[in-house]
Amino acid sequence: MLYQFKIGWRYLTSNLIQTGLLVLGVAVGVFVFVFMSALIGGLAVYLIDQTVGDISHVTVSEPPLAPAQLYPESAGALYAIENATGREATLRNTTEVIATLAQLPGLVAVSPQLVGNGFVTRGAVVNPVTVVGVEPDKVSAIADVAANLVAGRADLPTGSALIGQKLATDLGVDAGQGLRLRSDQGVDMTMTIIGVFEFGVAPLDERTVYVNEKTARGLFDLRHGVTRIELRIDDLWAAPSFAAEVAAATGLEATPWTESNGQLISGLDAQARSGDIIKGFALVTIVIGVASALLLSTYRRRSEIGIMRAMGASKGFVVMVFLTQGALIGLVGGLFGAGLAWLALSPFPPPGQIEAGGFPIDVSQGGFGLAVGLTLVGALVASILPARAAAKVDPVSVISQ
Amino acid sequence: MSAPEDIVVIEGMTKNFGSGDATQKVLKGIDLSLAKGSLAALQGRSGSGKSTLLSILGTLMKPTAGQHEMLGQDLGRISERDLTEFRNRHIGFVFQFHHLFPDLTALENVMFPSAMHMGRETRAARRRAADLLVRVGLEDRIGFRATALSGGQKQRVAIARALMNTPELVLADEPTGNLDRESADQVMDLVREINAEDHTTFLISTHDEKIADGCRRQIHLDDGQIVASAPPAK
Repeated sequence: MLYQFKIGWRYLTSNLIQTGLLVLGVAVGVFVFVFMSALIGGLAVYLIDQTVGDISHVTVSEPPLAPAQLYPESAGALYAIENATGREATLRNTTEVIATLAQLPGLVAVSPQLVGNGFVTRGAVVNPVTVVGVEPDKVSAIADVAANLVAGRADLPTGSALIGQKLATDLGVDAGQGLRLRSDQGVDMTMTIIGVFEFGVAPLDERTVYVNEKTARGLFDLRHGVTRIELRIDDLWAAPSFAAEVAAATGLEATPWTESNGQLISGLDAQARSGDIIKGFALVTIVIGVASALLLSTYRRRSEIGIMRAMGASKGFVVMVFLTQGALIGLVGGLFGAGLAWLALSPFPPPGQIEAGGFPIDVSQGGFGLAVGLTLVGALVASILPARAAAKVDPVSVISQ
Repeated sequence: MSAPEDIVVIEGMTKNFGSGDATQKVLKGIDLSLAKGSLAALQGRSGSGKSTLLSILGTLMKPTAGQHEMLGQDLGRISERDLTEFRNRHIGFVFQFHHLFPDLTALENVMFPSAMHMGRETRAARRRAADLLVRVGLEDRIGFRATALSGGQKQRVAIARALMNTPELVLADEPTGNLDRESADQVMDLVREINAEDHTTFLISTHDEKIADGCRRQIHLDDGQIVASAPPAK
């Protein structure tokens, strides 16, 4: 055993209460670090799951149509551009595009969709809606409609519709009842409400109506192509790069979810920064605690250190004795704190399974290894000052004391 | 000139503290040699320079001027690191307040200088330390922490520790100053025995006339100068 280690260990174990309190202080700091990591990480997962869980990760569409130029361009003449182009541009070569997308790694689900606007009417009540036409077997490919059903079924035979709970309440209807839908192309259809869903997301629950692809083609008078292709990928955060790959591979416009959820991203960034600051303070507290305790030890053991130097201990030996103490405190306190945190946090359900009002703790994001590693480094850094002070003790000044 | 049997030779040694008008001259041109196996008492009033001279002889302090040789090496010319190693190998210390390490056992305290030299506690060092504790009459206290020993026992452990690396010179600063008469006599009997058997050189700083009379040479220091150096008057 390294002799420095032995002396450092003896110093620590000579006063178990003092050392125990010091280790406990370090452990509390590590606990805070892990708790904050798990909470901030869990909160991010929860918010993203709530926000992005039911939307497309990347949406592929034709680039917007060039606005119509109403007057011929001529020098010095004023001209007007009409921005509203009516119907969205459609993707004609859907099969080829989907085949190209299937080659890209990370793709989980593809859902070609026909999307348009319309109105639903029930008696005197008229509500504007977004009509989403999907292939029947892909109803739940992007937004998991089946998992969020509150009434009825999620299959989508021709002539049926799936509507949100809020819309159903506004219209005073339920699954099994009829509904009149009029598209912005002026096509009227009466359909049966086959199911009612509730995502807890207003745009979906209030204004979205899912219909069969065939029904949508009739409503929007669109024989070929689709309006957009929605994609889900295995890594949410890879959406921007995946979208770039899609755009490069297909020449189409590919929009990642991050582009339309900038506020969420910046909110999560701010939350992560706040967490980092709190974790930083926890580490600083550990460093200050270890440094002050070891400085006190240096002062208390001045005469011993002086005698060690007189007996032939080098300055390096004395430095190592104190660095060893710092490392041991950091390691033991770090492991103890990480263990406590694991015991305290592991009973929490994953963020995806929490009930309303629950703590979105994600233990897997606790950063246990990082916490122990940083604590060890912090404790070592904290012991440098006391170690240097100890190495400077003049034997002559303490021998006569 | 030094004799071949001298292990320590100092010539014209001075030591000043402070500077300018506040300069305090503690040693004023000391010439001294100690032969191998000598047992010398260093006497003088408080402030006469005894502790400073011991510190310089122990290489814990550098003189302001003068020559300091030990075992043929000019100690004024070697680095601090080499000096630390030299001190560990060739000089033993016994202090008035024993200065044992309270968190180590008697055996571990004795082994300390060896551990400093070897970087660890070797089996051979353990055997030698145990032998030394037997020699100083503490075979039944080997595993005791220093805090569990009496004053006399602590000082005997300190002597064993000073002898661990078989040093040529042991410097003892008032080694019996904190002991009762009986313990002090026991410690001095032990010193004389080791000196006689091992020919280890002892220089003992003391105010105690009885201790000084038990040495074969008495060196009197007054106001930073050696005023007498001779065997004790019978």
